Amino acid sequence: MRAPIYLDNATTTPLDPHVLEAMKPYFFEWYGSPTHEYGHAFGLKAREALEESREVVARSIGAGPEEVIFTSGGTESNNLAIKGIALANRDKQHLITSKIEHTSVLNVAKSLERTGVRVSYLNVDREGFVDLEQLRDEVDEKTLLVSIQHANQEVGTVQDVSEIGKICEEKGVLFHVDAVQSFTKVPVDVEKMNIDLLSISAHKIHGPKGIGALYVGGGVKLKPLIEGGYHEFGLRSGTENIPGAVGFAKGIEIVDDSHLEHMRRLRDHLTEDLLEIPDSRLNGPKGDKRLCNNINITFRFVEGESVLLHLDMRGIIVTTGSACFSKTLEPSHVILALGLKHEDAHGSIRFSLSKYNTLEEMDYTIKNVREVVEQLRSISPVRR
Amino acid sequence: MRKLSFYERVYSPKLLELFRNPKNAGEMPDADVKVTEGSLACGDMITIFLKIDKDRMRIEDIKFLSYGCAANIATTSMMTELVKGKTLEQAKKLTFKQITEALGGLPPVKMHCAVLSIDGLRSAIRKYEEERGLVEVPELDESFIRSRLRHIMNPKTGRDVVSAGIVDQIKVHNGKVEINLKMSEDDEFKNYIIEAIHERLDRLPNIRELEINLQSQAGDEH
Repeated sequence: MRAPIYLDNATTTPLDPHVLEAMKPYFFEWYGSPTHEYGHAFGLKAREALEESREVVARSIGAGPEEVIFTSGGTESNNLAIKGIALANRDKQHLITSKIEHTSVLNVAKSLERTGVRVSYLNVDREGFVDLEQLRDEVDEKTLLVSIQHANQEVGTVQDVSEIGKICEEKGVLFHVDAVQSFTKVPVDVEKMNIDLLSISAHKIHGPKGIGALYVGGGVKLKPLIEGGYHEFGLRSGTENIPGAVGFAKGIEIVDDSHLEHMRRLRDHLTEDLLEIPDSRLNGPKGDKRLCNNINITFRFVEGESVLLHLDMRGIIVTTGSACFSKTLEPSHVILALGLKHEDAHGSIRFSLSKYNTLEEMDYTIKNVREVVEQLRSISPVRR
Repeated sequence: MRKLSFYERVYSPKLLELFRNPKNAGEMPDADVKVTEGSLACGDMITIFLKIDKDRMRIEDIKFLSYGCAANIATTSMMTELVKGKTLEQAKKLTFKQITEALGGLPPVKMHCAVLSIDGLRSAIRKYEEERGLVEVPELDESFIRSRLRHIMNPKTGRDVVSAGIVDQIKVHNGKVEINLKMSEDDEFKNYIIEAIHERLDRLPNIRELEINLQSQAGDEH
């Protein structure tokens, strides 16, 4: 078995070698800064590459190229979308989001709260689906923006973005979608789904780290957070990351439906066998409404960091929602928002897959998780 | 198998060894005393079993169970190693620092694990002594509360919250305890510390009500 068995792809993925090949010329040959049409010819090659990449990104989400802004990644895209809208619309001071968003949305919301913006954090049900009735009730004339993720980073719940988009359109409020986890895994069409802003990132899809994009629909006004030389339609200044943009586009182009089917098969196999371990439960939904590469299981009576470390020593890389593992020593806000208990979060392990994982790796993982959980339960004071 | 994991940079070899193969882990059906400290909710829980040699007031045998992280398992295991065969008086003097040293160091964020193992040990000894009428239950006053709070570590620094100046005023009146904390509303460990205080005090039988107030200290570093 080739170690490590990397099952933390929701955090980040390895670069696909084809992506690196596509990027290389823009480090060594065409390293110029993209010039506008009256600049030197050397920079025009970079400009072409940038705009072609932009078109690829735009096409993948049903947008026009003039609606796509390259950023440094998902976190920046979320910051730019929410803060940018808040700064441009100081008369409307109400934001709606959900309790299970990524920290790059939740911490932006908290920061806006300190400046006087009112924030509604929508509840989710046991499987992580946003309460749409509550959404309808919360929207009022002061509402600036609804920011809801497409798929959840921990439990893989895929929201009904079309329905949320419909509600937002009816109510006349802007709609931002953090699609970082779902991008290229769940289809998205900004036109059909009434999405005004959408965040995506390259390194979750075997592209390079340090590049992402924000879709900004025509007519949506936002203020830039990074000002300077008016790059990216004046919304995100700084010399463009050409190799990054090229790598991002390549990453999108090489996605194949067979990868999704492959991950789904591995997901279902791993889920089924791990749930045979006594006192284990699946967190999040089953089937099509779950991200094809996400498994999140709570093993009761054991603590996640210990499981993680034992698995790490056996060459298996996973994450946990345990408090011990978090920077703030608080258990996963997502697991708690599902209405589960602290100990359900402490015992939760997330396995996130990529196209590179194999069936053999799943079987090795199943065997080792079983052993580790048994070993830790044998010294656990609970369940006795 | 991989050579160097992230944890091998964070945790000492001794700690990892005790995590992999904990000593004195398991149940003790014929224990003289058994206590559980910590909680499931906190993700940190240990059970300590003692077998006491009554004539010499000596810890004849000690075992533990652990629901917690690697540091929890290893520090508790190390604690049991350090007090096995010692008299109760000697065992009471064991500090979390000695455990930490014996392990070859512990990251600040995990210091509370060593403290929990000491708490478990002391609670077990106290329970043994109380059950045999060897000690009295202490009076509820400010210094008692302060002494309990000294067992809570600020994860950022590994110092206890009393010495670090986070615990400010304490008022005790008719079983009602009021604690003022000096810390920023934005402090990343705010919720953790408040939870830890509740965890430590809520179950004490002579405390009727506990109120924790925050005196916002924006930008204050602890």
